[in-house]
Amino acid sequence: MEGSLIRRIWLFYYEGFRSMTLGKTLWAIILIKLFIMFFVLKLFFFKDAIREYETDNDKSQHIINELTINRK
Amino acid sequence: MILASLVDMSRLQFALTAMFHWIFVPLTIGLGVIIALMETYYVRTGNEFWKRTTRFWMKIFAINFAIGVATGIILEFQFGTNWSNYAWFVGDIFGAPLAIEGMLAFFLESTFFAIMFFGWNKVSKNVHLLSTWLVSLGTILSAFWILIANAWMQFPVGMEFNPDTVRNEMVDFWAVVTSPVAVNKFIHTATNAFVLGSVVVIGICCWYLLQKREEEFSRRSIKIAAVFGLISLVVLIWTGDGSAYHVGKKQPMKLAAMEGLYKSKEGTPLVAIGILNPRKDIRRMKEDSLSYMLESPYIFNISIPEGLSLLANRKMGTIVPGIEDILNGGYTYTNRNGEEKIAPPIEERMQRGRIAAEALATYNKARISGDEANMTEAKKVLDENFDHFGYAYIKDPVEIVPNVPLVFYSFRIMVILGGFFLLFFSLTIYFERKAIIGKQRWFQYLGIISIPLVYICSQCGWIVAEVGRQPWTIQDLLPVSASVSSVSSSAVLTTIILFFALFTALLAAEIGIMIKVIRKGPEA
Repeated sequence: MEGSLIRRIWLFYYEGFRSMTLGKTLWAIILIKLFIMFFVLKLFFFKDAIREYETDNDKSQHIINELTINRK
Repeated sequence: MILASLVDMSRLQFALTAMFHWIFVPLTIGLGVIIALMETYYVRTGNEFWKRTTRFWMKIFAINFAIGVATGIILEFQFGTNWSNYAWFVGDIFGAPLAIEGMLAFFLESTFFAIMFFGWNKVSKNVHLLSTWLVSLGTILSAFWILIANAWMQFPVGMEFNPDTVRNEMVDFWAVVTSPVAVNKFIHTATNAFVLGSVVVIGICCWYLLQKREEEFSRRSIKIAAVFGLISLVVLIWTGDGSAYHVGKKQPMKLAAMEGLYKSKEGTPLVAIGILNPRKDIRRMKEDSLSYMLESPYIFNISIPEGLSLLANRKMGTIVPGIEDILNGGYTYTNRNGEEKIAPPIEERMQRGRIAAEALATYNKARISGDEANMTEAKKVLDENFDHFGYAYIKDPVEIVPNVPLVFYSFRIMVILGGFFLLFFSLTIYFERKAIIGKQRWFQYLGIISIPLVYICSQCGWIVAEVGRQPWTIQDLLPVSASVSSVSSSAVLTTIILFFALFTALLAAEIGIMIKVIRKGPEA
């Protein structure tokens, strides 16, 4: 029974994706967009500005310095 | 010293990303409900016409959803890169709603979205209808959590500042979720999306009518969209009034900028239409006070007597503080604990802000050296002055004045277009009931023109909300100048160009695919 449920869910998605027409174009756009966002923009251009600080304590200290020394 | 250009460029980048993101989101939310309503008709009547109609609008929904999905993630990238001080300072207040939004969106969309598109002949009608409503609910709930986070920035409640971690920690989840600003903002924004979705449906149908195609499809779609749009617009106007009231109490500078109001008097009028005097610049108040005082704020204006007093205080004859009044203090405002307070002058708030920042530095030094007595003393001073913390980074009182012309004109464009849509929906319903909408060519053109107008209206609303609260990322607690990361301006410029290219390509793809699908029509 469980096997057949999994198979039915699999077939539901499989047939759904296979019968797509406009959906194929839309999926291509989604995948290209996600690739650009995560593998180009995030990886090379949107790095975490406080990544060099390993612990939360170091990060807190950096922000305290920013707020009490650097920005005054 | 952080260069103004870095702050401005980071703001520009965030604003452009948010505005681009907001092109896609409201149509997803608005169209989601309209589709669910149409499918409900189908399930109740069993009429195949409604199935075809629903499936067509689902295609439009899918195009918009596919192009728009995840565009908001770039905003989250920017928090970590360009606004790291803010991202850290805001703590779990922002993290919790965004995490709930992410999980909810993933769960609802991955499950019920598939049933909605793949399940037409594979699940029962009722299960399919339930899935459509759940997808629609999922898009609305996503917006709900995002707007809670946004509302907290406008009116920070339900948290305590922890000087050990330099983070705001949520102490009352329900205070954050049920904040009057959050509830009002959510209903206002959601109904705005419903109105936008309705106008887009009517606009596309008007194009078909103009082409003398799909008359039955268009008329029936218009009927649903117009009634839904009109009801939503009434709620939108009602919550707009609520927004003005909350802004007046909690962000009075924003309201003053919306009105171009410099100096108040009892029974403050509301400017219905006006042109600002560009020579009335608050920055000249100190340098050339006489000529500043002689300048009128408006070149031309038509005002409603007592209008602003009624809007902001619900009472005639009351004072609504103007920009100068706020700089000088002495007016009543609601603090983040919900208490009515007499506002001190901005100079005093700047002084108290510096005391708070100094206390934070002292606390930190005492913590590192293990000096508990000094820690306790510094914490006490910090707590007493924390409501003014952000003013520590304000160098000149006039820095707390946002861009008045941008806020003033955006507000008027939004309100005038809101009035136009009230008339538009009413006329649509009238023409449809009289069965003459197919003959009103001028109205069909108007329907098509209304599509860009509703987007302009929606974007202006965001400009009022977000530019109006400048210079604050978190009202009174953190200005943009202290929120921004120490990154190079050129790096920000590069990412602006990159994301602008990406989003423009996405928008072009959306418009292109949509036009193709619309041309083919519902029978394709």
